[in-house]
Amino acid sequence: MNIMHSIAIIAVVSVCTILIRAVPFLMFGGSRQVPGTIHYLGKFLPEAIMATLVVYCLRNVRIMEGTHGLPELISVVLVAILHLWKKNILISVGLGTICYMVLIQMIFT
Amino acid sequence: MEKDKGTSCIQYAFKQSIPVMLGYIFLGIAFGLMLQDAGYHFLWAFAISTVVYAGSMQFVMVTLLSGGASLFYTAIMTLFINGRHIFYGFSFIEKYRNMGKVYPYMVFSLTDETYSVLCRTKIPPEMDEKKVMFGISFFNQCYWITGSVIGGLAGQLITFDSTGIDFSMTALFVAIVVEQWQESKSHVPAIIGFLMSLLFLLAFGADRFILPSLLTSVIILIAARKNLDGKEAKIQDESGISAEE
Repeated sequence: MNIMHSIAIIAVVSVCTILIRAVPFLMFGGSRQVPGTIHYLGKFLPEAIMATLVVYCLRNVRIMEGTHGLPELISVVLVAILHLWKKNILISVGLGTICYMVLIQMIFT
Repeated sequence: MEKDKGTSCIQYAFKQSIPVMLGYIFLGIAFGLMLQDAGYHFLWAFAISTVVYAGSMQFVMVTLLSGGASLFYTAIMTLFINGRHIFYGFSFIEKYRNMGKVYPYMVFSLTDETYSVLCRTKIPPEMDEKKVMFGISFFNQCYWITGSVIGGLAGQLITFDSTGIDFSMTALFVAIVVEQWQESKSHVPAIIGFLMSLLFLLAFGADRFILPSLLTSVIILIAARKNLDGKEAKIQDESGISAEE
C-alpha cells in the first residue's frame, strides 16, 4: 500500500463528490433570483428521484434466475402496505427489513 | 416534545434520522470491514467516511485503493457513480443558502438518504428549520462514521448474520414513494421517474442507467412544465419541499 497515493485517491473522490453535490448551488445559489424552471424542478423532481432510487436499489435483482426477485417483491409490497396502513416510517422500514432478512436467510436459501 | 424549544429541534431531528440509523451503521460496518481486509485500519475508515461520505462510492473505493488506481480513473469513476447527486441540490437552493456557517456542510452531506429524509420531513412551524435540517444531516453522517469505525475495529467480532440489512435503504425509499404518492395531486413525476429508470435499466444495464434515466426525467419534467405547474398553484406547498413558512 502506497500511503501518499491512497491519500491522493481519497482526496480526488472527496473533491469530485463535493463538486457534484455543489453544482446546483454553484449555478443558482448566489444572491440571484432562482429561475422559475429550477424552482419548478425543485418541487417536482423529488418524486421522480425517489421512484428512480427504488429502481436503483433493486437494479441487481434477477427476475429470471435464482429467487426470481420474490424476496424483494414480497418485502417491497409489505413496506408499501404497512406504510399505507400505519403511516409510520419506522414500522414500515423496520418490519420490511426484518421480513427481507428472514426471507433471504431462512426461506429462499 | 414541542414544549422545550432548546432541545426539541435536536430531538425532532434525531427522530427523523432514525430510519437511516440502522442501515447506515450496518453498511458502515460492512465498509470498515472491507477496508480492513484490504489492509487499511479503522483510522482510514474514519477519515474516508468523514471527508468522502458517499455510500456506494466508498465500496468501489476499496478496490481503487487496494489496486492503486490512477487518479484520473478514480475521478471518472466518482463522477459516474455519484453523478446522480447533481440533481439533489435543486430542491434546497433557497433553503441552504440561508443556513450561514453550515451551508457548505449541508451541500457536502447531501447523500441519497439525507436527501430523502429532508424531502419528506415537514418541519413544524414552531421549530428552527435550520437546526432541524442540520441535525438530520449531521446525525446521519455520525451513523455512517460510527459504523465504519466499528467495522474497521471489530467487524470480525460481529457474528450476527446481517445479510439483507441493506434492504432498509430500499424500504426507506419505498415508504417515501408511497408517502409522496398519497400527498401529491399529480403522480406524473413519480410515474416519469419510475418508467424512465425501468426503461434505461433494460436498455443500459444495472451499472449505467441512473444518469441517463434522471437526465431524461428532468427533460420530460421541464417539457411538461405548463401542465404540471398549472396544477401546482392549487396544491401549493403540499409537497413540503419548497414550502416557505
